[in-house]
Amino acid sequence: MNDMSFKTLQTPSPPKIITERPAKITAENVDVFYGEKRAIHNLSLTIPDRAVSAFIGPSGCGKSTFLRTINRMNDTIPSCRVTGDIRVDKEDIYARDLDVVELRARIGMVFQKPNPFPKSIFENVAYGPRIHGLSKDKTDMERIVTESLQKAGLWNEVKDRLQQPGTGLSGGQQQRLCIARAIAVNPEVILMDEPCSALDPIATARIEELISEIKENFCIIIVTHSMQQAARVSDLTAFFHLGVLVEVGDTDVIFTSPQDKRTQDYITGRFG
Amino acid sequence: MSDHIVKAYDDDLAALKSMLSEMGGLAEEQLARSIDALVRRDTKLADLVLQNDEKIDALEIAIEEKAVLTIAKRQPMAKDLRNIMVAIRIAADIERIGDLAKNIAKRAHAIYDNIPPRLTKGLARLGDLSQAQVKLILDAFAASDADKAMEVWRHDEDIDALYNSIFRELLTYMMEDPRMIGACTHLLFAAKNIERIGDHATNIAENIYYLVHGEMLKEQRPKKDKTAITPFSAVNND
Repeated sequence: MNDMSFKTLQTPSPPKIITERPAKITAENVDVFYGEKRAIHNLSLTIPDRAVSAFIGPSGCGKSTFLRTINRMNDTIPSCRVTGDIRVDKEDIYARDLDVVELRARIGMVFQKPNPFPKSIFENVAYGPRIHGLSKDKTDMERIVTESLQKAGLWNEVKDRLQQPGTGLSGGQQQRLCIARAIAVNPEVILMDEPCSALDPIATARIEELISEIKENFCIIIVTHSMQQAARVSDLTAFFHLGVLVEVGDTDVIFTSPQDKRTQDYITGRFG
Repeated sequence: MSDHIVKAYDDDLAALKSMLSEMGGLAEEQLARSIDALVRRDTKLADLVLQNDEKIDALEIAIEEKAVLTIAKRQPMAKDLRNIMVAIRIAADIERIGDLAKNIAKRAHAIYDNIPPRLTKGLARLGDLSQAQVKLILDAFAASDADKAMEVWRHDEDIDALYNSIFRELLTYMMEDPRMIGACTHLLFAAKNIERIGDHATNIAENIYYLVHGEMLKEQRPKKDKTAITPFSAVNND
């Protein structure tokens, strides 16, 4: 498979960000079914490394479904069936011998609603490195937790109360704690499923700032209902509609002169 | 294009467009009157043009305010955003056309001498050309018709060519009869103003192209205004 491969119905040339950055994830001819219902139709897409890609589209368009195929979260839904080819660093993530637990360590996820464990702030971050055996000793674990909280921009706010419960933090802080928890296991990819939709504008701005800061080290994919957010934080934007990837391109182009009428209508608020 | 889910958003964009069309109509009228005033040396009509320029200026400010407010309220994207950006730019061009018309009208006061009809005829023709261009470009904008806009853009050459010949004619005339220098200088400025109005029409054309196609026009416009590089002796030796 070609590293630069991508497919879109409308964009005549590959998005600039994909020609500039190495491909991290490639999907080819992916279909996703929930029982009889086909949720994703023949999707092909290349996601660049060290950049932010945004998936946008109305509810039920398949963007979250596709996001969940990337770390095989859909495996937990019995009726869900995925066909086609999805590769991370050229490795087939639906290969029979692939260790799904190890895959999910490489591909972290942050959800819409902040979901810290009912444990201390420290334990929330230390949990992942511990079960994956990433720390040598107690000091090493403290270093991992400190660094992860620093990268997530939460350190200064929680450094004096690491033993207090994570659930006691504000919504925005909890979400940054979840990002710190995701970062702690050194993932390569971070999937974010509407990470700001439960947050106020200030907490949202902090998360967006955080995404911009950490994108140099990760491949980030964000599903968002806020088009302004997609325009602000992402390098690549993919528009989904009725299970079809309608258009994908550099974010600057998608939001100023999209090629497909459906994209145009959606981003200008003409149908939902 | 289909309507926005939020109806008030459509109203905002429609208001911008209707203000622009009102402004364009006023500018057309101002331009026609200013040339008429100058050619017939009708100072009353000229004064009317001077007064009415305020209306155009006020509309430009209103359009700018409406555009800023719409951006703040709606966070426009894609074609909606281009629509608003283009409205601001076109309003600025129309405002300049209004100023130039005012400047042309003013000169009706300054010219006392009898101007040879040959000269005013040329100026009137130049005025007709620029009026036609302004009318066509405003129609093209109203219809979001990029092809029509590009036609206007290409035809600016005709204005340049005619301006070029009027320039030479006026210069020759001044050399023949130094008593006419005063009047001819005013006519020369008026002709230059009319030529500039043509350039503003091409600016508007470029904005319509951007609005429709989503990218800036890259082609260079053919230019025939050679007056800036015409040596004095060249005119004399024709």
